[in-house]
Amino acid sequence: MSTRTARTILPGFGLSLGFTVFYLSLIVLIPLSAAFIKTSAMSWSEFTDAVASPRVLASYRVSFGISFLAAAVNAFFGLIVAWVLVRYPFPGKRVVDALVDLPFALPTAVAGIALTAIYARNGWAGFLEPLWAGGVGRLEQWIPWGNWAEWLGLKIAFDRPGIFIALTFIGLPFVVRTLQPVLEEMEPELEEASATLGATRWQTIRRVILPELAPALITGFAMAFARALGEYGSVVFIAGNMPMHSEITPLLIITKLEQYDYQGATAIAVVMLIASFVLLLLINLLQKWSRRHHKI
Amino acid sequence: MSIIATNIKKTFGAYTALEGVSLNVPAGKLVALLGPSGSGKTTLLRIIAGLEFADEGSGRIEFHGEDVTETPAGKRGVGFVFQHYALFRHMTVAQNIAFGLTVRPRKERPPQKEIDARVQELLKLIQLEDLGNRFPTQLSGGQRQRVALARALAVQPKVLLLDEPFGALDARVRKDLRRWLRHFQREIGITTIFVTHDQEEALELADEVVVMNNAKIEQVGTPQEVYDRPSTPFVIEFLGNVNRFAALGHPLHGAGSDVLYVRPHDVDIQRDYHGEHGIRVRVQHVFSAGNYGRIALIRADNGETIDAELSRVRLAELSLQVGDEVWVVFRHIRLFPAGAFSERDVATDDAIPATLDAGRGI
Repeated sequence: MSTRTARTILPGFGLSLGFTVFYLSLIVLIPLSAAFIKTSAMSWSEFTDAVASPRVLASYRVSFGISFLAAAVNAFFGLIVAWVLVRYPFPGKRVVDALVDLPFALPTAVAGIALTAIYARNGWAGFLEPLWAGGVGRLEQWIPWGNWAEWLGLKIAFDRPGIFIALTFIGLPFVVRTLQPVLEEMEPELEEASATLGATRWQTIRRVILPELAPALITGFAMAFARALGEYGSVVFIAGNMPMHSEITPLLIITKLEQYDYQGATAIAVVMLIASFVLLLLINLLQKWSRRHHKI
Repeated sequence: MSIIATNIKKTFGAYTALEGVSLNVPAGKLVALLGPSGSGKTTLLRIIAGLEFADEGSGRIEFHGEDVTETPAGKRGVGFVFQHYALFRHMTVAQNIAFGLTVRPRKERPPQKEIDARVQELLKLIQLEDLGNRFPTQLSGGQRQRVALARALAVQPKVLLLDEPFGALDARVRKDLRRWLRHFQREIGITTIFVTHDQEEALELADEVVVMNNAKIEQVGTPQEVYDRPSTPFVIEFLGNVNRFAALGHPLHGAGSDVLYVRPHDVDIQRDYHGEHGIRVRVQHVFSAGNYGRIALIRADNGETIDAELSRVRLAELSLQVGDEVWVVFRHIRLFPAGAFSERDVATDDAIPATLDAGRGI
């Protein structure tokens, strides 16, 4: 029996919440918990062997490190792209706007093959490879304590730079698409107020525009980062997949599966899952903090 | 600090926002730019502020004789207040107010202590002393607008420009803030221009009202002047309620499109009238809940509506009922024969025959 206080103008809460929980369980929670259950069958030493072998640890560094870098670069350049698309009218704007979505729509394997073909030594952008190797060599000379050739790689395709390019490619739309609506809604009056108060353009950007955009920028960054962590299809073509150097964690999972080591694969998956979850949680907290005054 | 704008033209594509407008604001005055939306008043204000620039080769802006036409907004020394406040929501009230001081180059920037003192002084001025650490989202609309004003004043501007400053506030707050601004402007004597579409606001606040319409200035004058001696039909129609009679009994001066205006408070209602200039009307509606009584009347001859405003006392004397047949007599008529302006006082007792031409055959 419904009481007067229980009546609400938006009916269907029970039904829709029930559906939400059911749907999320079916699609997200049950498959994920299967990974945990599978892993829980392992002994502790089996587990540590699977998730903390040197080769796997190296893959974590590659995956998290390069994903973070790619998301950071996307945050910066994505901001510029979104800014140009929102602020300035120019011919072909719609085409450029549509192009931003291309990484969303393109099958990742196609992207991987295309990028590899372009950046390989005999590709269109193959001339970049000697330049890159030269630059890394110079770094080795100038700052001898750094292991630059190992960190940065000497090639572009089939090396770490290739992974970075692929992850940047697939992450770009996330930053642009989260920033665009926020930029569109940002009142030009804020910038005008800043200008009439005597602020330079740079001061206006640093002290007014960036703080205003920070929450959206962090969201876009987090989404690009999460997407890059899980990316497999485009990276395997361009990475070269050298053990201990340019192997990403998802590739290791696939490798284990191909060897019928299901437990090992799920164990790594669980570690990835927990790490991603913690990172996304931290980013969310940061975002919440950055938008603490954005009510209304 | 006087402001002189000369021959300002501004077009946005095919649309003309300002058509060679000139304006002279004497130092220390509070001037209202009044007009309907699209009349160009905000554009003019923004050009004076340096947020917009007049069309190539037109126009000149001078502050106290100094040409600032090419000076960017930040260097003109203007304080600008926006309709929707435009406060920086990630900064506290105090940080907002201090913004203009903290962005100065290091050499010109006052020491932190001085900035803090200045902020405190301004917070006191806007009566928000204890709210310096709040964020804008924690303030009411009226408080936000006062913070925006304090922020604009912190840099000690030479002129203060306000764009519809009370437009987003509710009626009561608007009234308080209006009075406060009036008082405050008198006190510090800063040359101030504000934009409004509210004629009551303009007439109440301003030393001088600039009435704008269709990218042009229609009339400049004190509130009394523009209200009592409107120079165009637009001004009389825009400033307050007015009865408009398009069809005269016979055209004056041979002009076909004479227009005749009578303010509702210049309409007198009489039960018995024996003069020449009365009009037979029927009472359609009586609104008596207010400071004065408003009566809607219908002319017996052609069905036109006439609005009248009478004091409550006079209304009680007449004890009008809907449907009553009465006479109206106009005390004061404004006539614009084919655009020109003339004015006639029509005495209700018909004692001044020389001025009756305009009233004849109404």
